[in-house]
Amino acid sequence: MKKQGSDGNPAAVMPALPEPLKDLKIKYTKIFINNEWHDSVSGKKFAVFNPANEEKICEVEEGDKADVDKAVKAARKAFELGSTWRTMDASERGRLLNKLADLVERDRLILATMETIDGGKLFSTAYLMDLGACIKTLRYCAGWADKIHGRTVPMDGNFFTFTRHEPIGVCGQIIPWNFPLLMFVWKIAPALCCGNTVVVKPAEQTPLSALYMGSLIKEAGFPPGVVNIVPGFGPTAGAAISHHMDIDKVAFTGSTEVGKAIKEAAGKSNLKRVTLELGGKSPNIIFADADLDAAVEFAHIGLFYHQGQCCMAGSRIFVEEPIYDEFVRRSIERAKRYTLGDPLKPGVQQGPQIDKKQFKKILELIESGKKEGAKLECGGGPWGDKGYFIQPTVFSNVTDDMRIAKEEIFGPVQQIMKFKTVDEVIKRANNTTYGLAAAIFTKDIDKALTFAAALQAGTVWVNCYSAFSPQCPFGGFKMSGNGREM
Amino acid sequence: MAALNGAVENGQPDKKVPPLPRPLRSLEGKYTKIFINNEWHESTSGKKFPTYNPSTLEKICDIEEGDKPDVDNAVEAAKAAFQRGSPWRQMDAPSRGRLLHKLADLLERDRATLATLETMDTGKPFLQAYFIDLEGCIKTLRYYAGWADKIQGRTIPVDENFVCFTRHEPMGVCGAITPWNFPLLMLVWKMAPALCCGNTLVIKPAEQTPLTSLYIGSLIKEVGFPPGVVNIVPGYGPTAGAAISTHDSIDKIAFTGSTKVGKLIKEAASKSNLKRVTLELGGKNPCIVCADADLDLAVECAHQGVFFNQGQCCTAASRVFVEEQIYPEFVKRSVEFAKKRLVGDPFDARTEQGPQIDQKQFDKILELIESGKKEGAKLECGGLAIEDRGLFIKPTVFSEVTDNMRIAKEEIFGPVQPIMKFKSIEEVIRRANSTEYGLTAAVFTKNLDRALTLASALQSGTVWINCYNALYAQAPFGGFKMSGNGRELGEYALAEYTEVKTVTIKLSQKSP
Repeated sequence: MKKQGSDGNPAAVMPALPEPLKDLKIKYTKIFINNEWHDSVSGKKFAVFNPANEEKICEVEEGDKADVDKAVKAARKAFELGSTWRTMDASERGRLLNKLADLVERDRLILATMETIDGGKLFSTAYLMDLGACIKTLRYCAGWADKIHGRTVPMDGNFFTFTRHEPIGVCGQIIPWNFPLLMFVWKIAPALCCGNTVVVKPAEQTPLSALYMGSLIKEAGFPPGVVNIVPGFGPTAGAAISHHMDIDKVAFTGSTEVGKAIKEAAGKSNLKRVTLELGGKSPNIIFADADLDAAVEFAHIGLFYHQGQCCMAGSRIFVEEPIYDEFVRRSIERAKRYTLGDPLKPGVQQGPQIDKKQFKKILELIESGKKEGAKLECGGGPWGDKGYFIQPTVFSNVTDDMRIAKEEIFGPVQQIMKFKTVDEVIKRANNTTYGLAAAIFTKDIDKALTFAAALQAGTVWVNCYSAFSPQCPFGGFKMSGNGREM
Repeated sequence: MAALNGAVENGQPDKKVPPLPRPLRSLEGKYTKIFINNEWHESTSGKKFPTYNPSTLEKICDIEEGDKPDVDNAVEAAKAAFQRGSPWRQMDAPSRGRLLHKLADLLERDRATLATLETMDTGKPFLQAYFIDLEGCIKTLRYYAGWADKIQGRTIPVDENFVCFTRHEPMGVCGAITPWNFPLLMLVWKMAPALCCGNTLVIKPAEQTPLTSLYIGSLIKEVGFPPGVVNIVPGYGPTAGAAISTHDSIDKIAFTGSTKVGKLIKEAASKSNLKRVTLELGGKNPCIVCADADLDLAVECAHQGVFFNQGQCCTAASRVFVEEQIYPEFVKRSVEFAKKRLVGDPFDARTEQGPQIDQKQFDKILELIESGKKEGAKLECGGLAIEDRGLFIKPTVFSEVTDNMRIAKEEIFGPVQPIMKFKSIEEVIRRANSTEYGLTAAVFTKNLDRALTLASALQSGTVWINCYNALYAQAPFGGFKMSGNGRELGEYALAEYTEVKTVTIKLSQKSP
């Protein structure tokens, strides 16, 4: 997406795409506590599936409250005053994060293959985008480790006052299935950089890359107990974390519905600090003076990326009346040029949805679109006889009251609506309980800056979509989240 | 330095690391030419100058002597590398950071070579070069590598219908003139923040000690910095150095050296193009030992504080104020320490003190020692050169020193420790501050109140409490008063290498 690779620019050139590993062996399937691998206390395991063919990949130890308790104990011990982690130089913490980035770089192919098989993500995307961003994020946070500054403060009276920016303590982190490794890194990197210890629960659909990271964390030399990983389910392991009396902070990325439950649990238990990255129904506003080709392309990728399974998907596209028909025409053309199939294979542009639950929900919302009177321009149903594939779908003539205009679909379904004036579209764009991202396409500087101010969204993109970098904060207004990552 | 969390062994290498590294005995492929555009050039004039080993007084080799035309060439290269659209300007900030990390990796790889060169060129003990100078270099590079993509401007709520934000842009071509006491370390202190912020450089290392700076040119090229980003022109102050300070196309100059030359540089900067100036100059640093101090700690820190690096530190603890009650004991223990200090071949692992850098410094130090004797200070030990041949001076301690003596006022830059007496805190504050210098100060006491009072009252860029020479890449360093302008290290150095641009955009309506 971003231009890279000027002369003498060693690190930023996109690497050549290798072939995915054939016959990937899954080595790490247990619970990771104190740099060791544990069976679940209950003895239970759960199955992990490949959404492209619905086949079982392997079984993973199923963590529950008892395992979370063990992990928290380990994390608490590693955080004790006087522990190796607490007395380590801040710059050394940075060295460890850089070392971890080196190891992720070394094992990039393994992790990308794993992420594809476990998450249904296109291999090229996993290798180039997800893994690239993981490495950059680790290095970015590594650089902050010894730059967490407090202040000296001129107080009234005979006092000498200064602030310390101390680590919070034991942080529980609940990771989603749409960007399993990247979301794992977005959580552990800043947490470790600031000196915290963590207990991570990866999504039950996609635990494998997180567990592999456990092995790299040990290899990099993080002291035991600093990072602990407990795979399991939300209502059991996840709830154990959000309710835990000895966890100081919980960070969650996932649905708004579950985010609310987590914040409630935090309030009911010990007032643990809460960061939430939740859903979105992000508006993408296209003006008549926009570069139409760019707008169509960004709007397309902005929705269809990773089968539409992105919290910041541009799922309400508002197009200024004069260019509406042309925009719709080009968007349909773009959506039709798709090959669906096994995401490991080259030449495939769209993989499967993550599981049956999501698959059914998306199809249900597509039906509602048809029923409520939107115009189905292409797609509109499932694809293939195995795996959770859905055809890329475009609806035009969508109105704001339709379910597809209000609810987060999390699938490859693009809604295109019409607007006339600036004030009208600002109102309509903001008319949602969500507020994660927004975009505007225009060449007019006045419009761009007005919208940047007026839109109630944590990120506003101008003439682009999904432009991410670890240097930029990301998070939601309103019910799209609390707090910022990166 | 930092593995020991604040207890930096002022001059003592960390002997816990097994086994001790060995210097390289035969160094081939030395770099002796002028480094411009990642290539090695002869001097325009054809002239060369020798560089000597101060321990043996033998010539090491000849170096191309840069002068104004060479500086001009270097500046052209640096300017071109800084042009809009150049590879360096287009490079992502995190990639700049990666290059700095890679440079640190190469310093780690060639650590023994660099430490050997540094010792040959400066006379500093090899283990100190290896464990202190090189450690500082590596850590400083890595620290600034981390800042590269975190140079943030601000958005600012101004009145009326405007969007306002600042950009922290690189300044441009930066001149750096570095000293002979920590040649490579002082270079890295400038190079790391300058490159981190996206500037290009023209460096003039001290004529006494060009070797490690030129070697780093080869590493800059190996790492992959684009040509012209770093240029190195060895030569003399009045020629190459002056060419830099007066150059109309250099946007900023950073200098570490004597206050006398620092003033000239600031003057030249003003007369030419108002280039921005950072100066790290001399010091006559007070070291205040209160009666309630941990006496062993204070004696050792004060000792290392003044004798480290043959006394050739801007941070040298060259005025030791000891509270009356413990004065005789302090002097007695200090003399014991000084007498035990091993002076000799810097390549010998047992050596703590090598030779002074050159004849000029040697003569100046001995002259100041004589003045001490003449003006009535009590010579406790040392006080003369060690051999007939060579630049070695015996560790020297003076007691009964009074504030009006030359050894109490002038920077000696040699292994000479003047110890004076004080009665009260108010008195010692006044006396400690009675100098136009203000680089560092140290306080030894267990009393919290006294420590913080002194920390506030002392006019020094750094105040050390119960330690000495605790220098870390994360903490800013620089002088009050005539010890300097601006700060190196820490986040603060970034301000010295960026230029702030405010962008204000009119909107048709007021926005929230």
